[in-house]
Amino acid sequence: MTPELGQLALILAMLLALAQGVLPLVGAWRGNRALMAVARPAAAGQAVFVAIAFGLLAWAFLRFDFSVQYVADNSNLALPWYYRIAAVWGAHEGSMLLWVLILNVWTVALAAFSRQLPDEFLARVLGVLGIVAVGFLAFIVFTSNPFARLLPMPPDGGDLNPVLQDPGMTFHPPVLYMGYVGFSVAFAFSIAALLGGSLEQAWVRWARPWTNAAWAFLTCGIVAGSWWAYAELGWGGWWFWDPVENASFMPWLVGVALIHAQAVTEKRGSLRAWTILLSIFAFSLSLLGTFLVRSGVLTSVHAFASDPRRGLYILAFLAIVIGGSLLLYALRAPKVAGGKAFSLLSRETVILVANLMFTVAAAMVLLGTLFPLIGDALNLGKVSVGPPYFGFLFPLLMLPVVLLLPFGPFLRWGKNEPAPLKSVLARVAIAAVACAIVAAFFVHGQAKAIAGIAAAVWCAVGTLLYVYKRWREMPRGRRYPAEMAGMLLAHFGLGVFLIGVLLSESLSVTRDVRMALGDSQTVGAYTFRFDGVHATRGPNWHAEQGTVTVLEGGKVIDVMHPQKRTYPRGQVQTESAIDPGVTRDLYVALGEPMDPNNLEGAWALRLYSKPFVRWIWGGGLFMMLGGFVAAADKRFRARRAAATTPAAAEPVLPPGESRA
Amino acid sequence: MNPTRKRRLTIVLLILAAAVVAVGLTVFALQRNMNYLFTPSQVRGGQAGNYSTFRLGGMVKAGSIIRSSQSLKVGFTVVDADGAMPVEYTGILPDLFRDNQSVIATGHMAGDHFVATEVLAKHDETYMPKELKDAMEKAHHAGKAVAANEPPQ
Repeated sequence: MTPELGQLALILAMLLALAQGVLPLVGAWRGNRALMAVARPAAAGQAVFVAIAFGLLAWAFLRFDFSVQYVADNSNLALPWYYRIAAVWGAHEGSMLLWVLILNVWTVALAAFSRQLPDEFLARVLGVLGIVAVGFLAFIVFTSNPFARLLPMPPDGGDLNPVLQDPGMTFHPPVLYMGYVGFSVAFAFSIAALLGGSLEQAWVRWARPWTNAAWAFLTCGIVAGSWWAYAELGWGGWWFWDPVENASFMPWLVGVALIHAQAVTEKRGSLRAWTILLSIFAFSLSLLGTFLVRSGVLTSVHAFASDPRRGLYILAFLAIVIGGSLLLYALRAPKVAGGKAFSLLSRETVILVANLMFTVAAAMVLLGTLFPLIGDALNLGKVSVGPPYFGFLFPLLMLPVVLLLPFGPFLRWGKNEPAPLKSVLARVAIAAVACAIVAAFFVHGQAKAIAGIAAAVWCAVGTLLYVYKRWREMPRGRRYPAEMAGMLLAHFGLGVFLIGVLLSESLSVTRDVRMALGDSQTVGAYTFRFDGVHATRGPNWHAEQGTVTVLEGGKVIDVMHPQKRTYPRGQVQTESAIDPGVTRDLYVALGEPMDPNNLEGAWALRLYSKPFVRWIWGGGLFMMLGGFVAAADKRFRARRAAATTPAAAEPVLPPGESRA
Repeated sequence: MNPTRKRRLTIVLLILAAAVVAVGLTVFALQRNMNYLFTPSQVRGGQAGNYSTFRLGGMVKAGSIIRSSQSLKVGFTVVDADGAMPVEYTGILPDLFRDNQSVIATGHMAGDHFVATEVLAKHDETYMPKELKDAMEKAHHAGKAVAANEPPQ
């Protein structure tokens, strides 16, 4: 009975979403206060029913209700309870439900913290969010019902996809969705501005923390996904330009552009139309990303849900949302444009250049990701676009961004004299070159590693110079407002990230080897000794577990246990063993037995030494932290009073009163 | 021409130049990194002749996996309904690689066999990559319908 209640709750939620989507928009259009007031209660009611549906699905998982098809497909009696909770979003239907639940969380939060917005504007924002919710709820109710029954009820279920049975992967989808869905706030806000035909800077200020938080969640989700790919896939790579990864990376790139463009619009009123366009792009790419991954249109090594029946709905939904909002943009954007002019050498210009680079990079990734689909649809043959395409173009596009990064905070809004920048340029250049020369002695002429050191020092020293300047020039307590601290953290994070990427890419030692009991192999300064394989088991898997002893200078520094797990449905999953370190990771993955009938014999093993690889995720975490810290700035939560004419007073303020 | 117009023209020209460079680089990178998928019978039919690197898709023939006793070198045969292709690979095979699994190998031809640099196996027990299924069906039908080779698409 309870699954039917869940379905009923979903249908009720859909009807409430319809009310939330239509009535307030009509009310705002007609000036009818009663209709506008529907938005808040409808949003709250919808959230309650979606939460009930989600709770009932989780309950069905917890008590092994295999009469529900989705539960039977994605769990079994041996699955531990925490993975049964994670199984709620382990496949297509449940992840769509999670998406709507998170959309509701954002909507309710927004309705609660938006008292300072004009009623009409808020009605439009909530209305747009309601329409998005209708799209998703109808998709669930009509094409992907998680509560569909399976009769007769099987005695035991299937299994949660084993790649998801990992603590890191449990939280990856919800966090990623927090990011995707978070961009819906910026989107709804832009559409509302277009509908109303005006965009006040105060509203942009109000939208900024939401965008920053969404971007920070997305960053966290991507870092978690990358970390998981490194630890779980057994290839030791951290990014594969796989379509599933690209799907989350595109909104991230546009999101970077968006948070910077929003800063310009809020401070100066310029780039309004561009900010609106970017928020449409960011959310459209989030939708595209959700569907690309979950509808199975991609033929990727890890696209696990596939049902082309849903394709048509998705295509229509994307066409309406993206096409509709771009049409609205074309019609109304000229009305909201405006703002102050800026000269060629100004913070606005630098931000705009970086914005273009990030947008073009997102377009480049989009082209490479969709090209196989387009080629297939046009009957050009079965094509895939290899990682070198991305690997060649992406660094090229990001080079100007890295080069400009140290100067952004130093530049003034509007217009800047070249002289002060020259001293910044001289200092970061000297630091970068000096460190590169020192590094050259350690890395034995590896050009990529030297470039990595130089680029990282360039970014980090540029950021630290600005930290020092603020320290010297500003009184205590006003040195680093949260918004600026966030910017500095994220910019510094880029430097950390660059070290990680370029050093680990150029200095890693990778060996795929065949090892018999007692064999030793040397990888860099380390010796790996293979001490055999024995059988072991966990709650719902059995495994062959290898023992590898690592020696450095004749001393044992670690004993590692890579596993090869087999799950009930026969899926095999590699669990690599990692010896972590600040300056290097040692990584061992168990390949396959050379003779499947003799597990005691020789095995294929992957042995890696990966210098500085942890810095990649460290840099990502700095960026994430930056996003959250900036979102927490008190200035964004100021009441109406402060929001009237801030721009008039702006030019006399010292540069860098804001995120750049 | 007044200074404002002149400046705008410069900006437009600069953007145009940047766009040309970007498009040129993108096309270049795409062309060099596009990998077509062929099945053994399509390769035998000469369709892959124009491409130095391509992807070979099909099923692993049962009993065809032969390992070297000294190194990680492994040989196996990939088949579709109408053709077979011996493949040579050095390295660790994916978790799901075994007899009768569908695989996609990236690499190039060396004489009469295929040398793979990367081998991917299908992702679970019920799932065969759609593009591979399509390609195998297409190759099969093409082989039935016309005796002559189809021109490569």
